[in-house]
Amino acid sequence: MNLTQPFWPAVLGRLDLDSLDFLKVFFHPTLNDVILSGAAWAVLVGGVLGVAVLSYFKLWGPMWRNYLVSVDHKRIGIMYIVLALIMLARGVVEGVVMRTQQADGLGGGFLSANHYAQLFSTHGTIMIFFMAMPFLTGLINIVVPLQIGARDVSFPMLNSVSLGLTVSGAALIMISLVLGEFSTGGWTAYPPYTEMSFQPGVGPDYWIWSLILAGVGSTLTGINFVVTIFKERAPGMTLMRMPMFTWTALCASILLIFALPPLTVAALMLAADRYLDFHFFTNALGGNMMNFANLVWLFGHPEVYILILPAFGVYSEIVATYSGKRLYGYGSLVVATMSIAILSFTVWLHHFFTMGQDANVNAAFGIATMLIGIPTGVKVYDWMATMYRGRVRMTVPMIYLSSFMVLFVLGGLSGIILANPSIDFQVHNTLFLVAHFHNMLIPGLLFGMLAGYTYWFPKVFGFRLNDRWGYISAYSWIVGFVLVFFPLYVVGLMGMTRRTVSYVDPAYQPWMLMSGVGAIFVTVALAALVVQLYVSIRERNYTRDIGGDPWDARTLEWATPSPLPAYNFAVIPHVHAREAFAVAKEAGRGYQEPTGYADIHLPGDTYMGVIMAVFGTAFGFGMIWYMWWLAVVSFAVMAVAFIVRALRGDRAAITIPAAQVEAEHKAWLAQVRTVTPVTRERELEHANHGVAAPETKEVAA
Amino acid sequence: MSHAATMEPAGQNPGLTFGAEHAHDHDHAGKALSGFWLFMMSDLIIFGLFFATYGTMLVPMSFAGGPTPKELFEIPGAAMETAALLTSTLTFGFASLAVKYNFAKGKVLGWLAITLALGMVFLGLEISEFARMFAEGAVPQRSGFLSSFFGLVPLHGAHVTAGSIWLIMMMVQIARGGITDSVRSRLARLALFWHFLDIIWIGIFSVVYLGGLA
Repeated sequence: MNLTQPFWPAVLGRLDLDSLDFLKVFFHPTLNDVILSGAAWAVLVGGVLGVAVLSYFKLWGPMWRNYLVSVDHKRIGIMYIVLALIMLARGVVEGVVMRTQQADGLGGGFLSANHYAQLFSTHGTIMIFFMAMPFLTGLINIVVPLQIGARDVSFPMLNSVSLGLTVSGAALIMISLVLGEFSTGGWTAYPPYTEMSFQPGVGPDYWIWSLILAGVGSTLTGINFVVTIFKERAPGMTLMRMPMFTWTALCASILLIFALPPLTVAALMLAADRYLDFHFFTNALGGNMMNFANLVWLFGHPEVYILILPAFGVYSEIVATYSGKRLYGYGSLVVATMSIAILSFTVWLHHFFTMGQDANVNAAFGIATMLIGIPTGVKVYDWMATMYRGRVRMTVPMIYLSSFMVLFVLGGLSGIILANPSIDFQVHNTLFLVAHFHNMLIPGLLFGMLAGYTYWFPKVFGFRLNDRWGYISAYSWIVGFVLVFFPLYVVGLMGMTRRTVSYVDPAYQPWMLMSGVGAIFVTVALAALVVQLYVSIRERNYTRDIGGDPWDARTLEWATPSPLPAYNFAVIPHVHAREAFAVAKEAGRGYQEPTGYADIHLPGDTYMGVIMAVFGTAFGFGMIWYMWWLAVVSFAVMAVAFIVRALRGDRAAITIPAAQVEAEHKAWLAQVRTVTPVTRERELEHANHGVAAPETKEVAA
Repeated sequence: MSHAATMEPAGQNPGLTFGAEHAHDHDHAGKALSGFWLFMMSDLIIFGLFFATYGTMLVPMSFAGGPTPKELFEIPGAAMETAALLTSTLTFGFASLAVKYNFAKGKVLGWLAITLALGMVFLGLEISEFARMFAEGAVPQRSGFLSSFFGLVPLHGAHVTAGSIWLIMMMVQIARGGITDSVRSRLARLALFWHFLDIIWIGIFSVVYLGGLA
């Protein structure tokens, strides 16, 4: 076929040979392009390896049956966390490349400015939307139904759809490594720089469509969990008996419902500007980019609390469990969580104090920003008071927690500094700001997620994670974080601007080198996580969690077998107290036999998640590359899938007969009786098979 | 700290107890309706932001020398659209009542058909209104103000279109299977959606059309 005919452009849109990143190394073998192509090759080889491994071990069938079409909230949670860990690896590697560039960046370095800009844009976008969000959504998925004594979420099919949409967004970001370039406009993608006049390529379009897809998925997740928490609680599980993690999940879900729409609107308007020549945010013809700044931060600031609240919830669970004490100040923690959720909508303007509005407006938002420090401070005191005179064990999650309490308070104090508009004018757009928000999000969010991963891992998989590699990873994260980001405070105050590939002031260089050394520790931390998983799986027979309660924990999820049966609870528990499982164990009633069993109905599998993931990706891809036929067909498939499913109704529920439930539950109870309970001194030893020896301790009244 | 235990009936076990499985009323309709309310709150934020954006664009800078609201909008067309949509909300109300009082499915289908027809009239009028504006050169590419107008008003129109497709699906479902529990539950949600769009339209009529001509 003659390539000059208009056939190929109609099929392939604007995709051509120059879009193939993995070939660039052969055309321009500079270090910059070697890294660019190397990343593309890494995705390609990684993909091929993944397919090969799945084929070699004949895992396609089990993966399809047990995971991809499953509506089990635990399986969906696992898939979210796997996605988060993959994206974490990419985000960390990007961060390390950026730190290396800047260590070498006095008067040049090895990366081009454009490549560096793509790196910080993808790094931010990935870490927020495809690492942090899937990680916390995964934990919420796994833990919340268990903590409230439910068998599943309210809308299991919708849960699968949310996951599918999130995956499609992540897939688009991964494709951007191989085909074409990503936006150079940062994770907030401010126009007019992201308009056609400055970036006519595919970069900002990758940003737009991956965020719209993932954003819709997150909104649906928020709806799902608010209804689940309000409607699916076990009898007696009143709101004020809910574990703190469930409270924070509730607040985060409410924020998702109300905070995601501004992002969707901002991205849609930017898309209208780019695709249809609208003038929402353009320089010419009456566009107003300040609207974008307002919209994106009207989302962006509540988003910060969507990220941090579930981490606070994880810390609240961990601190009570590993201190062997009831959570101090439960009521104040609930009020603080709610206050943070509400205040989070009143501070968005502090992200652009310097954009020319009235000083009184700045003052109002500055004060509101400082106010958030109060409920957050309450929480820190509550956690410390929980540890006070507790039976504290410095396990891996507690290492994360204690480092978080120190580092997060430091980061919070730098936030109070930034909340003052007159100071913000001085350090705006410097690395001081970069140091600040990494100081909040790494010890706050990331440490919290990793602590939760370590804490709940045995519940989900039935064996504990290796603690030696856990400690190595935790300490490496802490040292790495401090070395990477504290120097950035210094150079920020010296005036070094963010998002700049290189610098000419030699005074920055020692700090940049120190930051580069920190990046080595962060790399070690990531590698240690991988090794930890490998070692833990290899040695799983020594760390079996038979009783389901390896940490002498306090909330309902630990009253179940590990790994969990699909139906979670053989019989729905009736709750009579806060921290119900701890109270029951104290009364010697931790492993009661119920008076009777009943048939259990569970929702059937669904293809909707897979359809969303595949055709969502295809839709975004079609829009990005102007393959209109692909976009139209994919969108139609998604719409028709919903209509067909609606007309056909729910898939048949699975019924598990009472006799089977009884047999399984009694077998487990019998097994529990054979396990020797361990005291907390021996918590990390092989002897711990998940049944806790009673200790004298304080319990909830 | 907690006084939860004192609120329990005397003689209860502390912590957990396991009774026989309660015959759980799963109340799927109630959950679905709650979820739908939340979805509409989320959707309302989207409309609110488009309204806010429109509000910021009612300034000479954003007119960019192009047509202004006073030159563009006409009350008769918008008033007819309003009449069609408000009447459709009334007829949908009759459909809901017909379901509630177990009228024959023909009556329900009849009211839904009238609702659908009025929805189509609304969309037809709206499209002709847009066509007239396009003919006058008032295209979204002309100015920031027109971009925000064509962001807000057709967004509502797209919602009405989606509602109409849903309405057709409901009519198919009713015609095939009668008034089942699933129909009742879905129709309650569609009614909520349809009335919601009415409220949004009242906002558009007041802010965009009446406000623009004031």
